[in-house]
Amino acid sequence: MGDFHMPSLGADMEVGRVTEWLVKVGDEVKRGDIVAVVETEKSTIEVEIFESGVIEAIVVQVGEEVPVGAVLARVRSGAPGSSEERGTVPAATETTPPTAREAPAATASVRSPMVRHIAAEAGLDLNAITGTGEGGVVTRHDVEQAVAAHQRPTGRLRASPRARAVAAELGVDLNTVQGTGPRGAVTEGDVRKLNVLRDRVAASSNEGAVTAVVPEAPASAGPTSDAKAKQAALRRAIAALMARSKREIPHYYLSTTIDMRRASEWLEHLNAGRSITDRIVMPVLLLKATARAVATVPEMNGLMVHGQFEASAAVHVGVAISLRGGGVIAPAIHDAAGIGLDELMVALRDLVTRARVGRLRSSEMSDPTITVTNLGDLGVDQVFGVIYPPQVALVGFGKVAERPWAEGGLLGARPTVTATLAADHRVSDGHRGGLFLSTIDHLLQAPEDL
Amino acid sequence: MTRDQAMDIMRDVLHQVAPEADLGEVGPEEMMAEALDLDSLDFLNFMIGLHERTGIEIPELDYPQLATVERCAAYLVAHT
Repeated sequence: MGDFHMPSLGADMEVGRVTEWLVKVGDEVKRGDIVAVVETEKSTIEVEIFESGVIEAIVVQVGEEVPVGAVLARVRSGAPGSSEERGTVPAATETTPPTAREAPAATASVRSPMVRHIAAEAGLDLNAITGTGEGGVVTRHDVEQAVAAHQRPTGRLRASPRARAVAAELGVDLNTVQGTGPRGAVTEGDVRKLNVLRDRVAASSNEGAVTAVVPEAPASAGPTSDAKAKQAALRRAIAALMARSKREIPHYYLSTTIDMRRASEWLEHLNAGRSITDRIVMPVLLLKATARAVATVPEMNGLMVHGQFEASAAVHVGVAISLRGGGVIAPAIHDAAGIGLDELMVALRDLVTRARVGRLRSSEMSDPTITVTNLGDLGVDQVFGVIYPPQVALVGFGKVAERPWAEGGLLGARPTVTATLAADHRVSDGHRGGLFLSTIDHLLQAPEDL
Repeated sequence: MTRDQAMDIMRDVLHQVAPEADLGEVGPEEMMAEALDLDSLDFLNFMIGLHERTGIEIPELDYPQLATVERCAAYLVAHT
């Protein structure tokens, strides 16, 4: 028997609110399954479980806010159906009548306006959907099932290869997507649209659940004040983390200007021969070069744990992503050094999309080992970053643009970028930091080998 | 394709890429990326969306020709 805890989704997180359970008592789970959705001050995160077994009890119900480390559910490890540990089933199981969750909703009275709206958009009869959430509330899963059943086409499914790839990536069933392309083909845009719709359903199913638990609750404050409160909470979380970083980490800063002519020409040539959906953007090359440079200077990649640096074998690159409406979040691309540029491009697009709609996964939030920030799009020449604790380094890239460049006694113009490093003096010093930046430079001079 | 159809497609695609961005707020000759705070990935997603809706294969070198609302609409009209 193991406990499933509220994970720490970043060093700045103290509490989280469970907004959705994707499993119920008796369900078999595998390590890595997404079992719950948790809302933090910064984002909505899909939480993965790190133990295989069977859900014995849901301890924290939808809508409850608990501190990091609190037990969310109890998990019995081992094969499903084994009854050897029946005697230790906690009391929480009995207080959760399974019939309440599995019984079909008798009436359609408990549903948020958003669920109504979405069902209407999809042309679904609300009364025909069986709610399986708390108190018979229609959950994300219910609506997905209903939409799937409703929209399944009879003929062969038409979809672009790109749409198929994105659907696989986002976990969207193509059969549930209404195609708007030529002859009803499913496009990437359709897949992403449905994914956003699905997130809205997930968010609103929580509203419904809360209403169900407290039916007499007064109408909540308008969406504007809710957004303002969220924005304030987000700013507080960022402020707390950055203040901690500045207080605890003795930063040192370095910068170097990198000749980007080869990388630019190589990328231009590569993209010229590719369809628009397969093109790669320059930040992918910068991410890959940073991830690979870690092999030369491993003390840039890892975490400070109880005052001791622990280098990480894997390179999970946190990517600083600005959120629309304000704020920044830096989820990880896993094993960025080990995957190809095309794969990295898909991962980056997917990560940015999910960060913006608030659908990141717990592992992405909790395990970056180094962070890259790229403010070049804003025309910024260089960025001196603040390290995300407990990481020990942050690499920044400014704008790639044509600038004067002297070589061999001649002055010319070529595309350059200024790379900066903010690193932790407890772990490394300027000499090693300089080697790290020059390694990134060398790697970018041979883009075909990245 | 008419100019109105092109504008409709641009509005739709932009809504998918950046739901809160409003094309109506951008002047006809203003740079869309700057006015709407689109980064390079957003802009690429915008290009991909236009490609998927219209079938136009937009070369990377043509991106600057689609940078403003007016030029983008004209490009779509000219290439369909």
